[in-house]
Amino acid sequence: MSESFSSGNSAPCEVSFTVNGALKTVRVFPMERLLDTLRHQLGLTGAKEGCGEGECGSCSVLLNGALVNSCLVPVLQAQSADILTIEGLASDARLDGLQEAFPQCGICTPGMILAAYHLLHKKADPTLEDIKEGLSGNLCRCTGYIQIFEAVAEAARRRVAT
Amino acid sequence: MRSNPAEYQLVVPASLEAVVSLLASEPGGWLPIAGGTDVMVQYAAGKLPARKLVSIWNLPELRRIEVLPDEIRIGAGCTYTDLREHGMVQREFSLLARAAAWTGGIANQNRGTLGGNVVNASPAADSLPALLAYEAELILVSFRGERRVPYKNFHTAYKKTNLASDELIQSVCLARRFSAHLAYTRKVGARNAQAISKVCIAALGRCAGGVVEDVRIAVGSVAPVPLRLAETERLVMGKPVDPSLVVLARKTAIAEIQPIDDIRSTAKYRSAVVGNLVAEFLLRLDEYQT
Repeated sequence: MSESFSSGNSAPCEVSFTVNGALKTVRVFPMERLLDTLRHQLGLTGAKEGCGEGECGSCSVLLNGALVNSCLVPVLQAQSADILTIEGLASDARLDGLQEAFPQCGICTPGMILAAYHLLHKKADPTLEDIKEGLSGNLCRCTGYIQIFEAVAEAARRRVAT
Repeated sequence: MRSNPAEYQLVVPASLEAVVSLLASEPGGWLPIAGGTDVMVQYAAGKLPARKLVSIWNLPELRRIEVLPDEIRIGAGCTYTDLREHGMVQREFSLLARAAAWTGGIANQNRGTLGGNVVNASPAADSLPALLAYEAELILVSFRGERRVPYKNFHTAYKKTNLASDELIQSVCLARRFSAHLAYTRKVGARNAQAISKVCIAALGRCAGGVVEDVRIAVGSVAPVPLRLAETERLVMGKPVDPSLVVLARKTAIAEIQPIDDIRSTAKYRSAVVGNLVAEFLLRLDEYQT
């Protein structure tokens, strides 16, 4: 492919989407990363920047129901999208069952919980292998994962029971 | 050094037609971006030469799987998740469904696309040996029209392709004639998910009357481009799989590849693994009665 790329200075544009149920309009450069828009313009700091290259999962959000790394999404691609961040998981001051079951540390947890939420949406009664695969794109440097797998299994059992 | 978003343009045309018109207006001037799993990584690292990007993410014309009587046409914008969840891909093209399932983690499978994997042209891409084994054909589209080319000759050198500067991949076509074949695939890497392969193999075969009647073996991460092992295939065709043939096939396969030492593995290890995988495939093929 040719590499004769010309300069690309851009002007800010308006992008509208729904975040955690509320319609938002932001003025942004189109190639700004969705992660930066969420954190800096909307003050939603639950999604974290870890590696910044789609390897660690700490910036996970749900975009139209699909788990994505928000560091790899240009904000203009989120035009009209429905976005769920960790802040939107709790409702009426009640934590989601996953949030209650998780060992709390902080950095990887929001991404882990959203990955688990996405998994339980697709598979209500996951096996340990399903849980491992569902969380395979999320790195944790503290727990050794076992407590996290147990928390997801526990939250799944409670969901099925209620 | 991180990129400054003010220095980049991104446009989101509503149709494939609008995208190809834009590409034609300034060939090589616009870089298509789909799910961003490659482009955004370069962008974040300040290493993206393109300054003008055109989004092809979720274009309906690129995000469908057409099942025809004799072939399946997979839109280049289909994600790995689309592939691994598609019943017909699972049943008839299991090499591709499995490669999709072990590419990256779930979040990257939700955004990474088959067309992106082909255009990015990494010799380590997990889906490409499967496309070689199925003898995929690509439908390329531009303002000038469409052309259909064998995938086999598409990768010309390390990270180089035959795609013209005003062209896009529209779909990947796979002939529906392999459902009775043994499908064998393995990825050898540091970790199942989210790790790039040290070696990846995708192979198809069928025996009849005690001899190998049809065989195709493709490997990734062992040469500048994904590779069909043509010599090894020629060696085993028409022969019964016996221990002496397996020994010879192992040697032939190792002589056909050009592995290197890099951050993920060594040439020596890759050679040994390719030999082992080819041997394992042949032993499975011998057990597989059709």
